[in-house]
Amino acid sequence: MKKQVFEGLSSAEIDEINAEMSHYEDKMAVSIEALKIVQKYRRWVSDECLIAVAELLEISPTQLEAVATFYNLIYRQPVGKTIIHYCNSVTCWMLGSDQVQECLCRHLNVELGEMSADGEYTILPIVCLGACDHAPVVMVGDELRLDITEDAVNEILGR
Amino acid sequence: MEKMDKPLTKNIRPDRAFATLADYESTGGYQGLRKAITELSPKEVQQWVKDSGLRGRGGAGFGTGLKWSLVPMDANVLQTRYLVANADEMEPGAFKDRLLLEQDPHQLIEGMIIAAYAIQAKIAYIFMRGEYHLAAKRVENALQEARTEGYLGEHILNSEFNLQIYLHTSAGRYICGEETALLNALEGKRATPRAKPPFPLVSGLWGKPTVVNNVETLCNVPHILQNGVEWYQGLGRGSDQGTKLFGASGRLKYPGLWELPMGTPIREIIEEHAGGMRDGYKLRGFLPGGASTDFLLPEHLDVLMDYEAVAKAGSRLGTGTLIVLDDKTCPVQMVLNLEQFFAQESCGWCTPCRDGLPWTVTLLKDIIAGKGRIEDLDTLAGLTRMLGPGNTFCALAPGAMEPLQSALKYFREDFERYIVGSHAVMESS
Ligand SMILES: Cc1cc2nc3c(=O)[nH]c(=O)nc-3n(C[C@H](O)[C@H](O)[C@H](O)COP(=O)(O)O)c2cc1C
Ligand code: SF4
Ligand code: FES
Repeated sequence: MKKQVFEGLSSAEIDEINAEMSHYEDKMAVSIEALKIVQKYRRWVSDECLIAVAELLEISPTQLEAVATFYNLIYRQPVGKTIIHYCNSVTCWMLGSDQVQECLCRHLNVELGEMSADGEYTILPIVCLGACDHAPVVMVGDELRLDITEDAVNEILGR
Repeated sequence: MEKMDKPLTKNIRPDRAFATLADYESTGGYQGLRKAITELSPKEVQQWVKDSGLRGRGGAGFGTGLKWSLVPMDANVLQTRYLVANADEMEPGAFKDRLLLEQDPHQLIEGMIIAAYAIQAKIAYIFMRGEYHLAAKRVENALQEARTEGYLGEHILNSEFNLQIYLHTSAGRYICGEETALLNALEGKRATPRAKPPFPLVSGLWGKPTVVNNVETLCNVPHILQNGVEWYQGLGRGSDQGTKLFGASGRLKYPGLWELPMGTPIREIIEEHAGGMRDGYKLRGFLPGGASTDFLLPEHLDVLMDYEAVAKAGSRLGTGTLIVLDDKTCPVQMVLNLEQFFAQESCGWCTPCRDGLPWTVTLLKDIIAGKGRIEDLDTLAGLTRMLGPGNTFCALAPGAMEPLQSALKYFREDFERYIVGSHAVMESS
């Protein structure tokens, strides 16, 4: 398999990270935002990227890895182009989040956390999305979708 | 004319469009700030908020003015102080701050500027959970508008007061909402809570005095300044002042969120505003203030939603968003769902919580799978004590035990049914 050569962070990534740095008292403080900026461009954070970010922030890669693994929205493995997060917290669970998950996975023929064969989607659970009065809910990429039914799942997946 | 009885939501429109700066100003927006900065000293602002009786809306209900007054102010004028708006809202069942952030971001910003003025902070952060993308976009826009209009930045409203507000979006962990863990998260570290004392008010972000307030708390502040303490005190119906966003979710006819006087009876929220249970379902109980509060029963429907009354009934007002249990949902399975959340979100720092929550989950799963023994209920009760207040490093674990301990008390027969059932199966085979 051809391995992509890592050519370092892009200048856009570095500029955005530096802009964030001006908001804080030290460089370490932007570690989470820096990882999120990298993810915005690359969907996930590879080892090479993690090391490059650590260098930029002048902290050790181990220190940054400890941060990266703590947070749920930092992905250290490849993910699909669109992540569909389904809420599995209490109200959504009561109103059918298990069925929503089953329906999503069945349609895409994937397990939780797995990338769909076409690289388009990854399905992941998430905690309460703050829309419990419209349970069950999912988040498709950045967009919150309310009152989810099987039809809504079909529509989201475009089939 | 401002709708005086619903100050927090008066700009919120049913079409979910958001209030622009012009909309916000047209209903009196930034008048509270003007009054604070041009007519009152920081100490006087603290006193107004103290006198108003406003208590924190983030769950603990600490007096807001009192909190501000504990920030060391006499040190040299160059001392850095920070203000942080806690917009992490990740408690299952809570969905109030998102509305305020998405639909009236200037209200929060004005509240923050006034709070920062009161404690003389020059830098403030909005700590927002990473999933609130729309809220982040709208808040960022509103911050830009406020800077352009001279409400933020240098010499605010031509005074000597300077303030920058930055938006920090997090990356998803419930513990980040705990105020000392939040400070570590803002410093770019793993979000484990810090030992108290020293309290953040004295030594917070980068060791500097820091006030952390909930979004809804801060949203109350402009109105207190604009309309006065007496007006604010007149809004409550029970022993607390002001209004609050109350919500209800579950198998209700019209789940939703409403701004109502503090001290509104629970019955009114569930039966009138939410329209009662859906056809075919009966009310079995409810968590009054989010996932980390004790169950209450239909017999508690006439309890008032204020801090004291809910505490007297054996629970907590928490976030003020009710989660309703119906008669066709198994309370044991509901508690399992809640404990799975807490076990997953534990930061792992202290042993009782790190080990006790997964153990709780295992016991509940075994019981539901028919593999439980009657002694397991005593073990669970023991865990609620072991993980209770004072035994863990932060309030996550005690919060996790609240729905469990009350379920064991009120729904014991539901637990026993699984256990008795399994014995019956064994005997007949
Ligand atoms: C595990 C845990 C999670 C919390 N999450 C939040 C939260 O998301 N938002 C919030 O405002 N307060 C949260 N709190 C409460 C905060 O620690 C703090 O009390 C609050 O932000 C203070 O603001 P207030 O005085 O305005 O209520 C949480 C507490 C704990 C123990
Ligand atoms: S109680 Fe739980 S969440 Fe809080 S510090 Fe201990 S392990 Fe972390
Ligand atoms: S429980 Fe799913 S959005 Fe709150």
